[in-house]
Amino acid sequence: MTKRPSSMKKILFSFALAAGLLMGATSVAASEEGGLPSAGTNIRDQASLQRGAKLFFNYCVGCHSLKYARYSRIAEDLGLSEDEVMKNLNFTGAKFGDVVISHMPEDSAQQFFGKAPPDLSLEVRAKTADWVYGYLNSFYLDPSRPVGWNNTVFPNASMPNPLWELQGLQTAVKKEGGEEVEKLELSQPGTLTPAQYQQATRDLTTFLEYVSEPAALQRQRYGIWVLLFLAGFTFLAYLLKKEYWKDVH
Amino acid sequence: MANEVVDHGRRRFLTATTAVVGGVGVVAAAVPFIKSWEPSARAKSAGAPVTVDISKIESGQKVTYPWRGLPVFVVNRSPAQLEALPSQDNRLVDAKSTGSSAEQQPKYAQNETRSIKPEWLVLVGLCTHLGCVPDFVPVMKPEPFDPDWKGGFYCPCHKSRYDMSGRVYAGVPAPKNLLVPPYHFVDDVHIQIGVDPKEAG
Amino acid sequence: MANVFTRIGDWVNERAPGLMPVYRKHMTEYYAPKNFNLWYYFGSLALLVLVNQIVTGIFLTMNYKTSAAEAFNSVEYIMRDVEWGWLIRYMHSTGASLFFVVVFLHMFRGLMYGSYQKPRELVWLLGMLIFLVLMAEAFMGYVLPWGNMSFWGAKVIISLFGTVPVIGSTLVEWIMGDYLPADATLNRFFALHVIALPLVLLLLVVLHLAALHEVGSNNPDGVDIKHGPKGNRWDPSKPADGIPFHPYYTVKDLAGVGFFLIIAAFIIFFAPSFGGWFLEHDNFIPANNLVTPTHIKPVWYFTPFYAILRMIPSFFSTAIWGVLGMFGAIVLLFLLPWIDAGKVRSIRYRGTGFKVALTLFVISFIALGAVGAGVVAELIPEWFGSSTDVTFWENLFGRVMTLVYFGFFVFLGCYTRLGWETTKPVPERVVFDHD
Repeated sequence: MTKRPSSMKKILFSFALAAGLLMGATSVAASEEGGLPSAGTNIRDQASLQRGAKLFFNYCVGCHSLKYARYSRIAEDLGLSEDEVMKNLNFTGAKFGDVVISHMPEDSAQQFFGKAPPDLSLEVRAKTADWVYGYLNSFYLDPSRPVGWNNTVFPNASMPNPLWELQGLQTAVKKEGGEEVEKLELSQPGTLTPAQYQQATRDLTTFLEYVSEPAALQRQRYGIWVLLFLAGFTFLAYLLKKEYWKDVH
Repeated sequence: MANEVVDHGRRRFLTATTAVVGGVGVVAAAVPFIKSWEPSARAKSAGAPVTVDISKIESGQKVTYPWRGLPVFVVNRSPAQLEALPSQDNRLVDAKSTGSSAEQQPKYAQNETRSIKPEWLVLVGLCTHLGCVPDFVPVMKPEPFDPDWKGGFYCPCHKSRYDMSGRVYAGVPAPKNLLVPPYHFVDDVHIQIGVDPKEAG
Repeated sequence: MANVFTRIGDWVNERAPGLMPVYRKHMTEYYAPKNFNLWYYFGSLALLVLVNQIVTGIFLTMNYKTSAAEAFNSVEYIMRDVEWGWLIRYMHSTGASLFFVVVFLHMFRGLMYGSYQKPRELVWLLGMLIFLVLMAEAFMGYVLPWGNMSFWGAKVIISLFGTVPVIGSTLVEWIMGDYLPADATLNRFFALHVIALPLVLLLLVVLHLAALHEVGSNNPDGVDIKHGPKGNRWDPSKPADGIPFHPYYTVKDLAGVGFFLIIAAFIIFFAPSFGGWFLEHDNFIPANNLVTPTHIKPVWYFTPFYAILRMIPSFFSTAIWGVLGMFGAIVLLFLLPWIDAGKVRSIRYRGTGFKVALTLFVISFIALGAVGAGVVAELIPEWFGSSTDVTFWENLFGRVMTLVYFGFFVFLGCYTRLGWETTKPVPERVVFDHD
């Protein structure tokens, strides 16, 4: 019987190659929204989630629903009591177990903005956290638009900046001899400093990221135990294989 | 190498250990699937406790409220009806609700009137025989099904009878008294169904 | 306790004396070559994923709503309101992608070691049928969440049938049961996805295994152990290089299963969307028949074939050539046992030409996948500057890779028939290194 010690190396090499290709592919997907700053969100930062929830229920829920998110679930996952949620976040008279529905009737929204404001339950999963964070930071005044606002991340968006009091007003600096926006300038400061505003929008993005997949908190918590268990099982199965294969020569 | 002796002890030990660990894994993996049959967040939300206004229920009358999709009877018993209750004791299966029907009400309703306040009776209106909704027959007069009727509930499906406390009569198909759900008084005219007085604090 | 088991065993045996021989034939007395390497895990792993898809699929149907109005909401209901629903759904969605990972690797193993060659043509044909049904199954499953990618994916794929001459447009309407993918389409796809195709799939899997066990497994050396010397420590009349499938390969596969589950669990618990490759961003937007997603492309496992479709231009005023090319790419795989007339099975002893051709074939397959997924179109400006003509270079690259893909089959036919291949001597016995 001949020996063939090099086959394992080849196999390992092919796996490394496959893994490399896969990583390359994922990184391309990740850089899909090219040029967006990183949102830097962390859904396990409960304080950030709570601040974000507060911003959402103060500035966003007037127009946007979270029709898949229940107040009770938000309370549980954000470490808030029923009372806190019902007093500080729920302004629509909904029940604790209800989903978050904006109090704006759909037809009037249609009238104001030309189309109904979208439900935001899945916004981050559909657009990525970086996109939402970039969007919230990229509003500028544009008199040519019906509502007077525009956005570099989502050009010709129909929404005015709901957080303008916090951020202040941005205006666009156009590229020389063109209509392309080169950068945005803060022409009138808001109640927050730029750094504070970035943190606020990061919190809001974090909350929306959580809302888009509440199970993310659970899966990360359980995942580690599942992996540890499987590692143990695989090791045992490997020993068992070794033991039986002593028969095979 | 060819003459290696098989270590049967080690082999058996590893087989058993791997089988047990694998079995634990399979059982653990089955848990989420089994738990997925539990009431979902939506069902729990729809089945949340309900608070009802009882100020409009006149003496001797019954109103039905839905709770978790079940009919909950709230009865305002008249003094006459209350007075007639003890007279039925010897015709009932478990008059004191301490025998076969010991689990048919929360501890705080395990008394003469099966209620928190004597006049207010709160029951899940489902016959303990096969789950039909019994009729409310409050008037004390001879009935075809009971010449000595002192008011109560009569199930049209299989003729089970219950008295004005939902206690089952002997000799009918239903085995147990009607179920008293958890409830408590928010104030004099509101009760919340689905929450014990203790939980409500 | 052991006594009880023995008695139950005896009881069954008395009443169904045919069961034990079947078990022995396929497990304890199925002699598989002892030199299986890493590539031989993927068959049993595919079986594992199939079981996973069936179990999780059954539980998903318990809460999924088959209606255009409710499907999307019901998936989110599973993800949020049903206890552990998210896990069941992620096991199913990750399983779908991993199914194709293991099946592709399983098929590549067949190409490398000539497992499709005589006498295993039937095994290969049944395997290819499984692959075909699996693609239909995956496509219809992908439509069910009724997100915007589901909708437009369905629309694009069904439109392929529109290129069929004469009856094309009627055929498209017939498949959809409407003038666009709609409630009727969703309902029939559901029926096919959850019952019809799984039944076919299971039957084919049974036949695939039955056919395999008739001829016996191939191995990395392509040596026919049945024709080699006889006599092993279990049975003097059986191949010397064969070992009983049970317990030797069952315990080996068990370790493989453990390793595979670690990878699967990592994805399920830490990256279920897999960067938008397993669950796409646009599919978290409900189906909208008025707005096409910006990057309309099929899921990753279809992209190589989708690229061939896109790379073949329409001429004679019909787009059927791309469709024919796409189906041809699969048909050629079916015909592989007859295209390859090589005398030697395993790549270990085949000519250099085969090794080069197979490498190029794999590269073309991955490259076409990248073209179909739009990765190439993104990388061109990144690597060669934003002024590059993306369409031109993507088409050129994609077409060259399409030619390489088809070229593999043409080359293989010539190479093995015209006497170009110089093979190395195949050993008498399998090569086995005991570690």
